[in-house]
Amino acid sequence: MGNIESSLLNIGYLETLSYQQTPLHRLDPRVKLLTTLIFIVAVVSFGKYEITGLVPFLIYPVVLIAVGNLPPGYLAKKILIAAPFAFFIGIFNPLLDRAVLVQLGPVGISGGWVSFASIMIRFTLTVSAAFILIAGTGLNAVCLALDKLGAPRIFVMQLLFLYRYIFVLTEEALRMVRARALRAFDGRGLGFGSYSSMVGHLLLRTLERARRIHLAMLSRGFEGRIHLLRPLHLHRGDVVFFLGWSTLFVLLRRYNLSQWCGAWIMGLVT
Amino acid sequence: MHMADALISPAVGGAMWAATAGLTVYSAKKLKENVDEHIVPLMGVLGAFIFAAQMLNFTIPATGSSGHLGGGMILAILLGPYAAFLTIASVITVQALFFADGGLLALGCNIFNMGFFPCFIAYPFIYKKIVGEHLTQGRILAGTMASGIIALQLGAFAVVLETLSSGISELPFSTFVLLMLPIHLGIGIVEGLVTAAVVSFVWKAHPETLALVTTSTPGKAHSHKPLLIGLALCAVVAGGMLSWFASTHPDGLEWSIKGTSGQEELEAPKAGVHGAMAWIQEKLAFLPDYDFKKPAEEKGGKPEEGMAGKEGEQAGKGKEEESWPAVSAGKSLAGILGAALTLLMAGAIGFGLRRYYAQGKGIGRRPSL
Repeated sequence: MGNIESSLLNIGYLETLSYQQTPLHRLDPRVKLLTTLIFIVAVVSFGKYEITGLVPFLIYPVVLIAVGNLPPGYLAKKILIAAPFAFFIGIFNPLLDRAVLVQLGPVGISGGWVSFASIMIRFTLTVSAAFILIAGTGLNAVCLALDKLGAPRIFVMQLLFLYRYIFVLTEEALRMVRARALRAFDGRGLGFGSYSSMVGHLLLRTLERARRIHLAMLSRGFEGRIHLLRPLHLHRGDVVFFLGWSTLFVLLRRYNLSQWCGAWIMGLVT
Repeated sequence: MHMADALISPAVGGAMWAATAGLTVYSAKKLKENVDEHIVPLMGVLGAFIFAAQMLNFTIPATGSSGHLGGGMILAILLGPYAAFLTIASVITVQALFFADGGLLALGCNIFNMGFFPCFIAYPFIYKKIVGEHLTQGRILAGTMASGIIALQLGAFAVVLETLSSGISELPFSTFVLLMLPIHLGIGIVEGLVTAAVVSFVWKAHPETLALVTTSTPGKAHSHKPLLIGLALCAVVAGGMLSWFASTHPDGLEWSIKGTSGQEELEAPKAGVHGAMAWIQEKLAFLPDYDFKKPAEEKGGKPEEGMAGKEGEQAGKGKEEESWPAVSAGKSLAGILGAALTLLMAGAIGFGLRRYYAQGKGIGRRPSL
């Protein structure tokens, strides 16, 4: 129960982070959304044995975390929490792909381990990009950007509604959980019977709430659409941000910076 | 069941994004046609209900584990397919953004797997058929069980297909299927039971709630279903083909061959958005991944690419196995050294920027957790 509450708190914290005033937060949300998508596509498009080519892409999350004044430790923890799925699918690679791919002196590293490492690096990069998007923009601004970029209005409205009521309803569910836990001795009352009527009640309350919300909206002049009146303007900084990062991603995708650096150092040494 | 960005290729992700975007636009249009504006807040709050319901759970006797509501089927039953699809899409988007349950590129896959099957397959063809016009306790149970299980099985199978056609995971088809389907059979049974219990509860307490949905999605809404399914299947097939292309050439070498013959550029744009995504990928992947190999080595590698047909993945691997050792240990060392160096540089840049902004621009203190 404690961990559920803390995960809720975590959403709230991600939202709080997005209220900051930094150069990252001041950028146009459309630009941040598109740049994030380009970043993810560039990262994911690498071959499955790629490691060195992926590492330079870390520059994007690192710079954004620094500029956006985001807490690296907290983001790292969130990434770790999300990691199990990719880890468990990826961990089969070392078991199944045992051919030696890299020979480092006496140690041979199998292709499976290389591709597993590659999966985990991709995972870190893509997930951190998504978290940075939310922590540096906020869901409302992301919705605004989606709307301006042509997503169906009803979907955008749905996202805004959902986000607004997650907190309310989750609080309600947590109160129910707590009440049941306090009355359940020796594990009795935690079974299916009480569960299904609890969910049923929660659903009925939810429907009732939806009815009230609808009435409240009607009395405020709702006529089937929400007006998102917030003009967006592209500034020079936005364009520079977008073009700069996109160019960098394409360059890093084409030229393996790690290999060049390494070769240069080796050249210096020998 | 959420797929991660790390495990899919851009072609698969892009194709599924296109399919999902099409379904979203279609659902939004359908919803606009039978305007019942009451549904707008209802969708939003029910989406939040799905989150909230996951906080509640029950102990499954004799197993020590606990079950809870997944949510796809109950939304379809309460809202009808179109509104339910949009609601599921929004739930999965929020999960992707706030919990990293599935990534942004994998969003298309996830929404399709968890939204399309319950809303557009299981609900109209199984639940509706079994439950019919006159609800009874037994019919509700049979309908939700069957539709819940089938929706999850289809979704899990789609996960397997999408993961395999991306070619990142080494899991062979049969193992993966044997891993996914039984797990999701169990989840589906629990899901079906819970959904049945909740639906019958609501039916007994508030029969008009269920009646509201059954009447507000009139029969004519079903007339477009064949078209819709046809469209979706086209998208899946197109996506599958493209991803097959992509995954059979994992090391990018084939791309360059294809590129010189110019074949892909002619083919890809025909397929619309998927084509564009694949084309972007092709452009990005145009240079071989292993750029640092000298041209001479690449020439040496070419004969093998000829035979890299269907077993491109195998051949690609074989190629690497052959060429990697040929790359001297010094070269791999250079790669690792370089990676470490770039890592250090990135860290230094980040640290420097933070210092600069913290001092110069006077950014306020970060809000604490």
